[in-house]
Amino acid sequence: MSLALREVWTAFRRAPGLGVLSVFTVAFSLFAFGLFGLVAYNTRLALERLEERVEIRAYVTEGTETDAVAAAVGDIRAFPEVSNVTYVSPDDALKKARIEMAEFKDVFEPEFLPASLEVRLKPGNRDPDQVKAVARRLNGYPFVDDVRYGEEWVQKFYSVRRAATAAGIILGIAFAFAAMIIIGSTIRTSVLARSREIGIMRLVGATDGFIRAPFLIDGLLKGLIGGMMAVTLMWVTRAALTATVFAFQFFPTPVLLLGILVGAVIGLLGSALSVGRQLKRV
Amino acid sequence: MSSGPTIIKFTSVSKSWARGSGGLQKVSFAAAKGEFVFLTGPSGAGKSTILKLCYMDELPSAGEVRVSGVSSLSTKRTEISRLRRTLGIVFQDFRLLEDRTAWANVAFALEVTGTHHKAIPPRVQKVLERVGLGPKMQAMPSELSGGEQQRVAIARALVNDPFVLLADEPTGNLDDRASRAVFQLLKDINTSGTAVMMATHDLDLVRNSGFRSLELNKGALVYDSSDAPLPEKEH
Repeated sequence: MSLALREVWTAFRRAPGLGVLSVFTVAFSLFAFGLFGLVAYNTRLALERLEERVEIRAYVTEGTETDAVAAAVGDIRAFPEVSNVTYVSPDDALKKARIEMAEFKDVFEPEFLPASLEVRLKPGNRDPDQVKAVARRLNGYPFVDDVRYGEEWVQKFYSVRRAATAAGIILGIAFAFAAMIIIGSTIRTSVLARSREIGIMRLVGATDGFIRAPFLIDGLLKGLIGGMMAVTLMWVTRAALTATVFAFQFFPTPVLLLGILVGAVIGLLGSALSVGRQLKRV
Repeated sequence: MSSGPTIIKFTSVSKSWARGSGGLQKVSFAAAKGEFVFLTGPSGAGKSTILKLCYMDELPSAGEVRVSGVSSLSTKRTEISRLRRTLGIVFQDFRLLEDRTAWANVAFALEVTGTHHKAIPPRVQKVLERVGLGPKMQAMPSELSGGEQQRVAIARALVNDPFVLLADEPTGNLDDRASRAVFQLLKDINTSGTAVMMATHDLDLVRNSGFRSLELNKGALVYDSSDAPLPEKEH
């Protein structure tokens, strides 16, 4: 083990430029991937916030007994898709309308607006089909006059969300592949630079495991350092964007740790593959 | 010629490559412990192939190579590594690590085969003195002459106390004087009991030495000086 570490150090000292280049390649490849991930993550958060605004409004027929509506509210709350039901009386509706449309506040008269039920759905139950199904059930109540849920808006929102998810996955895979190929070829270069040593080790009878060890440690370290640099770069970029553009959310800590781990694994695998190929050749 | 136990045995060994050129055809011979054997013949005759088969860098396409009890028919990679620790291998181009001193180049062979670090310095020192490089142990390869670099390579090959030294044109890159000195060193090594198998173009060296020679042509063994009398050569 100590010899393997010493070999790593010797190789670095002999070609520090190559070592630093490998670390930077890992760092910037992961940084590009991470930056894309950060944008995708924030887009998702924004869409989730927007999604929370999906609501169904059931208008209550004028003159309906409050008791009948109250009983129905309890009933609707028990729907598996429903997270919250609010009864909006004509007075409440009027107050709200006067605030939201202040320029018309004198036009509105008491009892001008009907009472309604404002139904919000649980996350994961807000796609157009489910919204439509809940709306239909609400429509089944005899006291419900009309149900509105902005059908067109919900559908548009979901097609945008689907497109964003698909683009995210495709671009994410492309970025990840690009990062892996770039990191892999950089590590391969550093293995090739030491093919003479590998050849001599084999000639004097070093086992494959022994030959591999320094390269695996080397790849692991480069991946680890590169991963940490990528996280630091991302943090700095996010801080700069938050200060100048708008508030970006940073990844939660487990995702950051996973990112560093991914860097280490790519380094390790890249080295293992390159050395394996080299051992077959010499 | 030595009559000790057989250490290398080729039985009807053929080697062919997908590309077609080079290779060996049904070569059979045996070398004994402590023997000095030359491999001669024109370029491409198969001298290097025989040496590669001895240290099992290549395996035969047909027939069997047996080296110190390890058979090409049943060997595994780890067994090949163990076998190579008991062989010394020297090349025309020395194959030294340019960024390490003579001392470190020799020590490298011990380090990577798991020798205890305390045992390394005395063994390296002893073998470098044996090849006449005692005063130049800390020199980098670029500071040494060709002959001296080859001595470092020989020291590296000897440091594990091999039972045979396989030398592929060890004097090919050296001037006359350095060649003679390196050959004298190989003879000394042989005198102390290590077998030597040396591929060479230098027929004068072969004739004057009186050692056994195997002559190859186009992959076939055409002459073995131990099978006297000399057969008539085809022209």
